[in-house]
Amino acid sequence: MLPAAIRAYVNPFFDRETAMRDSMQTALSDFTDSLRRIAAMVGRYSYVMRGSWPRLAELVYWPAVNMLMWGFVQTYIGQKAGYFAQAGGTFIGAMLLWDILFRGQLGFSISFLEETWSRNLANLLISPLRPVELAIAMMIMSLIRLAIGIVPVSIVANVFFGFNVYGMGIALAAFFMNLILTGWAVGILVSGAILRNGLGAESLAWTVMTLFMPLACVFYPVAVLPSWLQTAAWMLPPTYVFEGMRALLIDHQFRADLMIEAFALNLVLFIAGAKGFAKLMDAARRNGTLLQTGE
Amino acid sequence: MTQPAIAAERLVKVYQGRPAVDGISFTLPADSLTGLLGGNGAGKTTTIAMIMGLLAPTSGAVRVLGADMQRERFSALKHMNFVSPYIDLPMRLTVRQNLMVFGRLYCVDDLADRIGVLVREFDIHDLLDRPTGRLSSGQKTRVSLAKALINQPKVLLLDEPTASLDPDIADWVRARLERYRSESGATILLASHNMNEVERLCERVIIMKKGQIEDDGTPARLLQRYGRLTLEQVFLDVARGNSGIREPVL
Repeated sequence: MLPAAIRAYVNPFFDRETAMRDSMQTALSDFTDSLRRIAAMVGRYSYVMRGSWPRLAELVYWPAVNMLMWGFVQTYIGQKAGYFAQAGGTFIGAMLLWDILFRGQLGFSISFLEETWSRNLANLLISPLRPVELAIAMMIMSLIRLAIGIVPVSIVANVFFGFNVYGMGIALAAFFMNLILTGWAVGILVSGAILRNGLGAESLAWTVMTLFMPLACVFYPVAVLPSWLQTAAWMLPPTYVFEGMRALLIDHQFRADLMIEAFALNLVLFIAGAKGFAKLMDAARRNGTLLQTGE
Repeated sequence: MTQPAIAAERLVKVYQGRPAVDGISFTLPADSLTGLLGGNGAGKTTTIAMIMGLLAPTSGAVRVLGADMQRERFSALKHMNFVSPYIDLPMRLTVRQNLMVFGRLYCVDDLADRIGVLVREFDIHDLLDRPTGRLSSGQKTRVSLAKALINQPKVLLLDEPTASLDPDIADWVRARLERYRSESGATILLASHNMNEVERLCERVIIMKKGQIEDDGTPARLLQRYGRLTLEQVFLDVARGNSGIREPVL
């Protein structure tokens, strides 16, 4: 047994160490629980997807139809116009990148809609599942849906039209990251709107991204727009990605500056989306719409 | 003094200038089964939604297991659960998949064992691989109850759990609830229109009317106070404003 004076000196260190170990164990346990809940939600959406072949087929159907259509347009124009012949694959590339943006958001929003369609949202909101865990699960599902839809189509693009999207290398990773971030930010905001307004806001999930299409300059350069509209276009992160893609395919130049600017805008958009969701959630909690998320 | 399982303090909820719940206060001790009675629009569901943290009170506060449901609800939610015929489980998922998903959401240890216990308890073995959306009302209720008990909640909220069930299944559900309460010592709050159910299950009844607590006591005490033979008669007295009270409310 240590003398009392030494014990008095040493004990606070042991106490502090014990407290620190306890708090680390609690944090680790919370983190593990959080991962389990995220895995539970990914499992829940995977069950739905696996149990319905039309849903699986739909994931590939529209990207495949779009790719074939734009692929043939590209082929036709390439035969007629020198510029487009040089700019091989801009339409197919734009279509594939557009699908990442559009289906990234849709994949996120559909997971959320699944809960409202099945009147299950209240069950989730009274469970220990935190909104951020639900959002992470929906992001994972958005990536899974994208992979199912886009990977086969990208292979078809290579086989049919000789366009290898993976040939973009590191640039593709930058394009993908920026587009998916925009898709998720918009998806989070749309989910908040559905939470606040019920299924009456469902159409937003399907249409909101098409608002981006003319301004994000998917198939044409920003310079085509009237100058006053160009200012608005440059406020959207996807504009930088599509300009960057054209720079890569036409000028064979990777514009890192455009990607950094897109990333900065995406951060702003993502924070705005998350804050918007939190505000809409609070409004739904105040207005009592969480129990009635139907029409 | 032991901490109450549920404590509502001067709870108010106003929708578009109209009070749905108007300054109610009550506490429910651990290991108790309380009925919440009231006609349509009396404020029962609003009260339950505020207890679960699904609805923000206009003023006042709810604490469940010591946690303020507006600020720290996640610490309480893992020990709570809820059954209502007005919310569904994902219809495309099989019963087994639903129980797996909710078991994982509540981080239930030994989940397969827990599901096994619930399958026996609620006699749902034959339903396990059927899509939940294709079950009958009675089967859905059994599955919903199994889901609600998957985390062995310390606080269980039930909003008309036997609505639209035939008398046989409704009786079966009541028996399971009684058993769960006696085995677990959970706190159960039951909102119902079914007076027989409340009379059979509850040791305390809170009667709400127009967002306020009109009366509160044991079923026997309420019957005595209103000089009636059944809770249904008491309910009708309260709903129609014929108080009929034979003694002052304390």
